[in-house]
Amino acid sequence: MRITAKQLKQKTKSILDNYQRDQGMLVSILQDIQAEYNYLPKKVLVEVSRALGAPLSQVYSVATFFKAFSLEPRGRHLINVCLGTACHVRGAVRVLEAIERELAIKAGRTTKDLKFTLETVNCVGACALGPIVIINGEYHGQMKTDKVKALLQNYT
Amino acid sequence: MNRLSSPDELEKLRKSIIKQRDPNKPCITICSGTGCHAYGCERVAAAVKQEVKQQGLEAKVDVRTTGCHGFCERGTLVVIKPRNIFYQRVSVDDVPEIISETVLKANIIDRLLYTDPNTGKKIVYEPEVPFYKKQKRLVFGNNGYIDPTLIDDYLAVGGYAALSKVLFRMSPEEVIREVKKSGLRGRGGGGFPTGIKWETCRRAKGDTKYIICNADEGDPGAYMDRSLIEGNPHSVLEGMIIGAYAVGGHQGYIYIRNEYPLAVRNVQIAIKQAEEYGLLGKDILGSGFDFSIRINRGGGAFVCGESSALMASLEGKVGEPRAKYIHTVERGLWDKPTNLNNVETWANIPLIINQGADWFAEIGTPRSKGTKIFSLVGKVNNTGLVEVPMGMTLREVIFDLGGGIPKGKKFKGVQTGGPSGGVIPESLLDLPVDFDELTKAGSMMGSGGMIVMDEDNCMVDIAKYFISFLEGESCGKCVPCREGLKRMREILTDITEGRGKDGDIELLERLSTVLIDSSLCALGATAPNPVLTTIRYFRDEYEAHIKDKKCPAGVCKELITYQIIDEKCPGCGLCVKACPTEAITFMGKKKPVILDQEKCIKCGACYDVCKLGAIKVE
Repeated sequence: MRITAKQLKQKTKSILDNYQRDQGMLVSILQDIQAEYNYLPKKVLVEVSRALGAPLSQVYSVATFFKAFSLEPRGRHLINVCLGTACHVRGAVRVLEAIERELAIKAGRTTKDLKFTLETVNCVGACALGPIVIINGEYHGQMKTDKVKALLQNYT
Repeated sequence: MNRLSSPDELEKLRKSIIKQRDPNKPCITICSGTGCHAYGCERVAAAVKQEVKQQGLEAKVDVRTTGCHGFCERGTLVVIKPRNIFYQRVSVDDVPEIISETVLKANIIDRLLYTDPNTGKKIVYEPEVPFYKKQKRLVFGNNGYIDPTLIDDYLAVGGYAALSKVLFRMSPEEVIREVKKSGLRGRGGGGFPTGIKWETCRRAKGDTKYIICNADEGDPGAYMDRSLIEGNPHSVLEGMIIGAYAVGGHQGYIYIRNEYPLAVRNVQIAIKQAEEYGLLGKDILGSGFDFSIRINRGGGAFVCGESSALMASLEGKVGEPRAKYIHTVERGLWDKPTNLNNVETWANIPLIINQGADWFAEIGTPRSKGTKIFSLVGKVNNTGLVEVPMGMTLREVIFDLGGGIPKGKKFKGVQTGGPSGGVIPESLLDLPVDFDELTKAGSMMGSGGMIVMDEDNCMVDIAKYFISFLEGESCGKCVPCREGLKRMREILTDITEGRGKDGDIELLERLSTVLIDSSLCALGATAPNPVLTTIRYFRDEYEAHIKDKKCPAGVCKELITYQIIDEKCPGCGLCVKACPTEAITFMGKKKPVILDQEKCIKCGACYDVCKLGAIKVE
């Protein structure tokens, strides 16, 4: 998807206006931008910095400090493997490794065809279902290594 | 919706809401917390509504989607009130029968009942389920009665009565005195007395003061704050407004994890509804007191649970803590006096105001008052949230409420307090759980995570897990935490990968001392707890890794091998298909397969698929 400069400016403006251009809402603003574009495009960060009157270095430091943000485009399907303690003691690492093998990428990376991005999260609070894998916001509980292949095949 | 402008109007509205409700009318409540969502409760709720409509029962039956009931292990949970018939693992297909049999004919559906694994008996009513029986659900109990998106439901159970009492019949000083007298201590981890915090903030110089609710529940394996704010958001708001009145603040913030989308949504709705009723905003209930609340979503940084880091993040900066020579109650957000409490602490406030400090102080132990919600997770039969009086023993929580360890495995330890806490071994299971006892055992209360571990969990691996987690979450501002955790993780990795050497344990202990003494904030200062407690209680496991190069629990990949038990293997071939490296060879039906150790990457896929236990880990 190519974003025209005009679209980008308009969208960013409406997100900024939602928060009254309040510097204190920077994290929320970046979250909304990421929800829109799937990542934080550089052009948008420049725009945010200008609109909030905050140095680009500050916007960049916040964008890189928090785990939730990505400065690179992500895949169409976002896989989050929960590595919270409850999932860990039930074998979440083995599940993660199985997905890594299946997609031939490491956690934190995106497949070359931009189909999947594989990330980890430190607990989503659905511990009864651990180990848990979340794909595009949908929860898949009680995961096992042998269920990985079939699960991923559901996504095109 | 009309704005309420006096306490009388609030009581009138409450009466009219209660009058419209017939306590004897059957009400089907469907748990709609995040846990049940993952089981598909939305579809169950939709099916119930559809079925009620189809059978033309809307006048006869109420349907309510409520917050989390806590027993996440058995979701989707459906409770039929007023009799409190408890159905578990309910799916869409069960819905027509529930309505035609249970609601209309009062017949119990046997297969949906909970079976006590210890007695084999089926249990019909919710309060009799062992998981609930020993709980004291003061803060969490209303979750099952209210739809979090409807303020009227909260008013029907007495909501905002405490706020009304405070605004019109108590001075701020009296409120603070009451909270102090109750003995309430902060539920977020530190256990600092709430009343004293409020008093210091009230006395701090400056006209502008801020109120913050810390809902950045970053402790992996704990989710009581989410379930509270998601299931009963108004109780948290009410606590915050009372706190703001006591401290003298007019602007509040809720800093909440973005990983909790349902909670964010429910709080947004709750704030809007409270504003519409005049319970939040300008001139609350006509008292002349103003207070508004904004929501800030976190960006997934554990350190932002620390107060000064959270405030930095609220200012739009990187979430780094600062040294607290001057406390945040004196100079916090935008350098103004700021009172921050955790979700569960706020939710306790209306209770204390309504029932009185003396009532509250009677619950619990001499120095830890009230109840605490724990998230009981990991290797335990009944995963879920339990609210118990302070002082209950770990054994009662894990074995009576939690139903013990699955698959007849042996209990090894329980991690309390999250990454900043420690592992408590079997020998200390009779420890009464309160702030001070847990600290004495080398762990801490933290926010109330309880991760149960069995014989299959390796304690060195657990220590490595927490240290790696904290290394990743260390903000990097101070050297001891940034560099110390890295070194500790390297040493622990060496130990788990067979490169451990004599003196490693002692080096870990020395590094731990440095972190405790010299880290800037509590993240670094408490980070060594998982290492120190595992060394203290499970030293033999460390030594087995270092000296014998063995992982007794069979977890650490480099120290284990997978082996086929020939006598048990029927040659079904399941593992052959599962193996990603073709290390297992099929030898024909009824002949055991052969595993080539050279090709084996120890991924455990074969172990997972084998249903006959024919693969062992050594």
